[in-house]
Amino acid sequence: MSAFAASAVVADLRDRIRQFDGRAARDRAVLPFGVPEIDERLPGGGLALASLHEVCGGGNDAVEGAAAMLFAAGIAARTKGQVLWCLTRPDLFAPALAQAGLAPGRVIYVEAGDEKSLLLCFEEGLRHGGLGAVVAEVARLSMTASRRLQLAAEAGGTLGLALRRFRHRKEAAAFDQPTAAVTRWRVSVRPSQPLPVPGIGRAQWLLELTRCRAGVAAEFDVEATDGEGCIAFSSRLADRSPAALSRSRGATG
Amino acid sequence: MAEQAGLRVGMPLAKAHALVPDILALPADPAADAAALNRLSLWALQHYAPIVAPDPPDGLVIDTTGADHLHGGEERMLTGLVNRLGASGIFARAAVADTWGAAHAAARFLAAPVCVIAPGETGRIVASLPIPGLRIPPETVTGLHVLGFATIGEVLAVPRAPLVLRFGAGLGRRLDQMQGTISEPVDPLRDPERVSVRKVFGEPIGAAETIARYTSGLVGDLCRALEKRGLGARRLDLIFHRVDNSLQAIRVGTARAVRDEKRLARLLCDRIETIDPGFGIEIMELTATLAEPLVLHQAVSSLIEEEQADIASLVDVIANRIGARRLYRLAPVESDVPERSIHRIAPLAPDDGATWPGRWPRPARLLARPEPIDVMALMPDHPPAFFTWRGVRRRVQRADGPERIFGEWWKRDAELSAVRDYFQVEDAEGERFWLFRSGEEQHIINGAGRWFLHGIFA
Repeated sequence: MSAFAASAVVADLRDRIRQFDGRAARDRAVLPFGVPEIDERLPGGGLALASLHEVCGGGNDAVEGAAAMLFAAGIAARTKGQVLWCLTRPDLFAPALAQAGLAPGRVIYVEAGDEKSLLLCFEEGLRHGGLGAVVAEVARLSMTASRRLQLAAEAGGTLGLALRRFRHRKEAAAFDQPTAAVTRWRVSVRPSQPLPVPGIGRAQWLLELTRCRAGVAAEFDVEATDGEGCIAFSSRLADRSPAALSRSRGATG
Repeated sequence: MAEQAGLRVGMPLAKAHALVPDILALPADPAADAAALNRLSLWALQHYAPIVAPDPPDGLVIDTTGADHLHGGEERMLTGLVNRLGASGIFARAAVADTWGAAHAAARFLAAPVCVIAPGETGRIVASLPIPGLRIPPETVTGLHVLGFATIGEVLAVPRAPLVLRFGAGLGRRLDQMQGTISEPVDPLRDPERVSVRKVFGEPIGAAETIARYTSGLVGDLCRALEKRGLGARRLDLIFHRVDNSLQAIRVGTARAVRDEKRLARLLCDRIETIDPGFGIEIMELTATLAEPLVLHQAVSSLIEEEQADIASLVDVIANRIGARRLYRLAPVESDVPERSIHRIAPLAPDDGATWPGRWPRPARLLARPEPIDVMALMPDHPPAFFTWRGVRRRVQRADGPERIFGEWWKRDAELSAVRDYFQVEDAEGERFWLFRSGEEQHIINGAGRWFLHGIFA
């Protein structure tokens, strides 16, 4: 009984702190991954919608940002409404986004000349409030800049995804610097499971939740984003369900 | 045609008759010429920059300060201008320079058909131009020629006082205006048809907050004026007249007709930082350079279907900040060649639901141009066992393919027998790449094609 009362008091205090922060109830809405193992590690049971999240590729992908991009695209695809995609290097191949569930009619691209104007567009998109998600491919993200973005995301109630793309692999160490982002993900590719037939199966990722506000860091073995923007929890071939097996076969075409 | 026959501008008609017996001569109509030049100025005002004026008898002057980046830079802006005029049958030459005088001379004697004089280069370049580039009366030109002057540089090199004594102060003023030592404001063309509001200040203003406050007031006045006519603004020009008799301007555009005070004020106030108020601003003038009938739509009730948030305001803010060309959507093109399968459309273009066929996986990153790689393949039509890209040798663990893509022979003859065989390969670390072997069909069958890396999967 006393434990229940204590938790009620704590919940009440938390609510009051949130009100001091000026955050409305809608800001606590989350976007679940649909994977219970991941969702239960995140406060609220999913990615907080009105906040900034960081995604970075591991290894060579820190420069190319291909896996990280698909992971971000999958998250953006599951939001509602238009998506603003800010970039500085125009090497993104739009059909891949469509294959991650993000239809071409939903994405507006902004090709900013430099990082400064990119951050401006990013913030503007977050603050507007009419978009489902804003994704920006940034290399440098200072504490000040990320705090501005986080406040803009809270004000607009929009999901912000900072896709960190470094110019060299050495620079990727900067991903350990603190920012105001609510969660921070690192996506690394892993060798996929061999198929019984020649071909390539669904890509496998090591998904590291390296930072999570009001949560703990974790690692997950997942299968890459599918046509609906969903990732799946990876399982060994032996105990894979028939549905998962047929899905991975489908991915080979 | 006329020049080949030996005809020149300013030639007596009798002489022209002697050269071309069946010449068609029309009486000059200076009033109609001026009217046509006015129409052309209005067109330029709508398309290029807020400060435009006719420069009779045969020119236009446009103050492009702060407007060129919206057209892809000065060189591209001029080429585009000349081409668009050429398409409607007007042969034009254009030049950009620091001052009106220098641009006037360069357009007439240097441009072929365009010429961009870099900032600070004016003095060096105009020195070699002939005297008629100075915008002085013909008798002064003749007088200078009689004295033996051929170029502007020669006139600049001699003492000014004797020249002014002989030809009047006009010559000295033109020389100074060309060099930029005295200012020469462009009196911007106004069209009584367009909705325009202005505010004259008793005391000049200069602070950014003050400018912002009066901008909002002007936008309110303009919106009420637009409402009376049932119009919405597509392009707004805010012109500041400074106390030192020079002009500063802000131009903003919108993707759709807008009459929302807050939105328009926001767009204009965003750009105030680009204005240099100098010693103060006397007059602010706001014009709806481009206005379209504003049709109001009934909002969809949230009971029937989910409402779509309107993002036109966001598109306007970003487009005015970084240029409308940098904001786009990508739409599919029916082509199997990957680099031709996308094209850019306007961000607010209607969504027709078209997408790319999803049968084959496509890489997340596509290299700007395919990069050649060294490969070792076991069999002619098999994926490689090893490949080396950017100096790193990778062992292929798994592969899928080939996906054969034929050249588009209806575009170029050279593509008639061109073939690309695409493979998706995964290396030992799990990184996936999109490789292809390219060549003519019979070469590919023999395994003789060259290998390239075209994209990176996740």
